[in-house]
Amino acid sequence: MMAGLLLVEGTHCINNITENQELKIMSGKPILHYFNGRGRMESVRWLLAAAGVEFEERNFETAEQRENLIKSGKLMYQQVPMVEIDGMYLVQTRAILRYIASKYNLYGKDLKEQALIDMYVEGMRDLYDIIMLQPLCLPQDRKETLRVIAERANQRFLPVYEKALKDPGKNYLVGNQLSWADILLLEFILMVEECKPGILSAFPKLQEFKARISKLPRIQKFLQPGSQRKPPMDDQAVEEATKIFNLEKGLIFYKRRNIQLCPLHGILAEKQSNNI
Amino acid sequence: MAVKPMLHYFNGRGRMESVRWLLAAAGVEFEEKILKSAEDFENLVKGGNLMYQQVPMVEIDGLNLVQTRAILKYIAAKYNLYGKDLKEKALIDMYVEGMRDLNEMIMYYPLCYPGEEEKNLNFILERATERFFPVYEKALKSHGKNYLVGNQMSWADIQLFEAILMVEELKSDILSAFPKLQEFKARMSKLPSIQKFLQPGSQRKAKMDGKNLAEAKKIFKFD
Repeated sequence: MMAGLLLVEGTHCINNITENQELKIMSGKPILHYFNGRGRMESVRWLLAAAGVEFEERNFETAEQRENLIKSGKLMYQQVPMVEIDGMYLVQTRAILRYIASKYNLYGKDLKEQALIDMYVEGMRDLYDIIMLQPLCLPQDRKETLRVIAERANQRFLPVYEKALKDPGKNYLVGNQLSWADILLLEFILMVEECKPGILSAFPKLQEFKARISKLPRIQKFLQPGSQRKPPMDDQAVEEATKIFNLEKGLIFYKRRNIQLCPLHGILAEKQSNNI
Repeated sequence: MAVKPMLHYFNGRGRMESVRWLLAAAGVEFEEKILKSAEDFENLVKGGNLMYQQVPMVEIDGLNLVQTRAILKYIAAKYNLYGKDLKEKALIDMYVEGMRDLNEMIMYYPLCYPGEEEKNLNFILERATERFFPVYEKALKSHGKNYLVGNQMSWADIQLFEAILMVEELKSDILSAFPKLQEFKARMSKLPSIQKFLQPGSQRKAKMDGKNLAEAKKIFKFD
């Protein structure tokens, strides 16, 4: 293995290596395939960073690059995120997150702790998805969407985690050690704060939690400018994402009482139920 | 004497049906507390055992489990339906997450806007035959074994069987281009625990019709 061997893609030629052959630095680092934005991959970046695992990113910039990835046959359902890790092409965000959490000891010590972690992370995911899609809102729907996000956070989700942390000396959500529930909760808090600054004002335990987890060295590092953490989507990023993904027509635009997920440029978005 | 798991939901498939399938296929007897009115649901919420004030909820082993995936994972792990190592788990997870996407589309289908039924139905069938079923057909073909992962039944097999039956309810010959899935379906149907669940009178719920939808809307207060 030659040190400094370049990653070769597409049409480059090195010595007698033919075109279209891809040489990888045999670093064993996970490789993340996505576009250059948060989307569904951001939680994966958080988790790897918190676990102290260095990773590479292959971010596609055009629809064609994405289509080439699909043609390569590495995407089980022709979708990203995809993470190359330990000889596997992992797809489906939850499958990826669970694998990483298990591998790096961030999944509790027994089945019951795992169940608790799962309940916490699954709960966050419901609201997370709404926040993730929110930049794609039509402008006239944005205000209402943000209001709903803040309301859900305040009434349904944040109280759960505040309560989980209320016992004195409780530094982590589950057991007495860091798990992926803690990491995703910090990510979640920061995202909700971007939608509504000051949202933690009624949640003192979460404020302490946020401060405490942010100070963990690996997390601190990830929060620095220049890390692989991605910024929130601005209008330009939305434009790019729309082009890259040919944002597909979803299935159902279903209007729930008081909750309306906005149509995405004519794209139908799946609704989250209030109660089921 | 072991306490049976207790399922809290309304009298329909919805998000709880996959849980019923998993328990049934694993041969685990369970009980159900069926919500029949908005008041039933409100009382359950007031009881404080719904972490996010939502169902499904399953009482099992002293836990009040909520969030469908958390429930399914716990059951799969407990009853040895989750593969033998991390890599098998990852494969099972990839399979079931895809099936969950398909399952959700079918679950939401009765809720689509009037006039859009055909468009949505075609979308579901297209996804089934072009995105999801080919994956499982290919997996079965490639290793020639009876089950999707490893050499034993897992959560993925049960979830796949459920998905196949649900898509067939929408289009009865949907498996015509998938010979391995047809064999798989026949094989799974013969397993005693599954045969039992397929009998009339089992805890399997019927496909949602107008009446069932109206009931759900009343209980959960959505329109």
